[in-house]
Amino acid sequence: MLTKRIIACLDVRDGQVVKGVQFQELKHAGDPAELSRRYNVEGIDEVVILDITATLERRQALAKTISAVAHEIFLPLTVGGGIRTEEDADAAVEAGADKVSLNTAALRNPGLITTLAKRYGSQAVIVAIDAKRRDDGFAVYVRSGTSDAARDAVEWARQAEEHGAGEILLTSMDRDGTRAGFDCEMTAAVSDAVNIPVIASGGAGTFEHFADVFTAGHADAALAASIFHYAESSVADLKRYLRDRGIPTRL
Amino acid sequence: MIALVDYGAGNLTSVRKAFTTLGATFFTPTAPSECAQVQALVVPGVGHFGATAALDAPWRDAISSAVSRGTPLLGICVGMQWLFEGSDEAPGVAGLGALPGRIQRLDSNAVDRLKVPHVGWNALDFERPARILAGLTSGAQVYFTHSFAAPVTDACAAATTHANTFASVVERDNIFGVQFHPEKSSDAGLRILRNFLDLVKGPA
Repeated sequence: MLTKRIIACLDVRDGQVVKGVQFQELKHAGDPAELSRRYNVEGIDEVVILDITATLERRQALAKTISAVAHEIFLPLTVGGGIRTEEDADAAVEAGADKVSLNTAALRNPGLITTLAKRYGSQAVIVAIDAKRRDDGFAVYVRSGTSDAARDAVEWARQAEEHGAGEILLTSMDRDGTRAGFDCEMTAAVSDAVNIPVIASGGAGTFEHFADVFTAGHADAALAASIFHYAESSVADLKRYLRDRGIPTRL
Repeated sequence: MIALVDYGAGNLTSVRKAFTTLGATFFTPTAPSECAQVQALVVPGVGHFGATAALDAPWRDAISSAVSRGTPLLGICVGMQWLFEGSDEAPGVAGLGALPGRIQRLDSNAVDRLKVPHVGWNALDFERPARILAGLTSGAQVYFTHSFAAPVTDACAAATTHANTFASVVERDNIFGVQFHPEKSSDAGLRILRNFLDLVKGPA
């Protein structure tokens, strides 16, 4: 039986892992290669590197980080953040990424999804959607959550799939870093609308939150950062908890 | 020296990294004739079966004749699918035909929310003992990402179920194939690659 995936997210700035709350207030959380090594031992299923570096030298610094992490783990490795062109994607893949995650660039130019899916296969192309609740649905935000894209998350996820996306990484901006739990309603709405896997992100605080997003949220995978970074909870303990509740995991 | 056949189907960085870590020396042949003197052949691949069209008749002949001389061959993901006769994903493209059968699309199942592509970690249910699976136990988890899969035939050493039951590991004589990505399957995956390398070094 296909297991539910637990994915560790490393928000990387200038080669170091940082973590914010609702996309603000960044704090240092460690070295990306060192954290990846620990997660691998604990049984993490995948690692995502989200580059939030704002400098011009970012591409080179990012390649170094990707390659350092890729040398530590033999697990699927996704790279996102600032991938705007084919060249950005090529550089990430060349450095050792198995998948790239597109956000703002995919909305602006959905053809990029198709181009990269043709080049590397759909399995290598994740479309990341940052969304906030609104009275009439789930609004998509771009540019690191700073501007309203005037799109609905469910509709955009469907279109991303048509353009060739292999997975959707759905982040609840309302819940990001709050540890108040995943937005299960939003995750289920998107997951039920597409036939590609949906990775839920934003809000993980307790093991119960993961169980909720895999059951009520219909998520195929769940991504978290801070719950793992500060070694408060181990990935292995989380997986055992889920298995005890009848949720299949890789142990 | 191991020939890592690169026919332009996506990204081989992870496969290269895994073989390097295991101490293997490999090269990428640029012409079919370069497959003649190798110790082993690896056909990786991600993406679409149609990409294997680049392995035209001269490549297929060169690889087939190496295999008939006993050279071990490992197909990974689309590379494993290519060992069969062909695929519904690209009906006009011939596979190697080293194993009988055709690659078919997995069924999705809305009731149980089984999505296709099949992405993630799933179990290998052993069908019989196999050299490529040495040191692993039935139920071992490995990482898959695919929409098409091989039928369970005599060549099947382990099967996996996602709506359909399909061959996830095949082994017949010196022909081996894995539908999942051993290079992304952590310790279990590295063990499988090492088993293959041991066979290459083996009694030769």
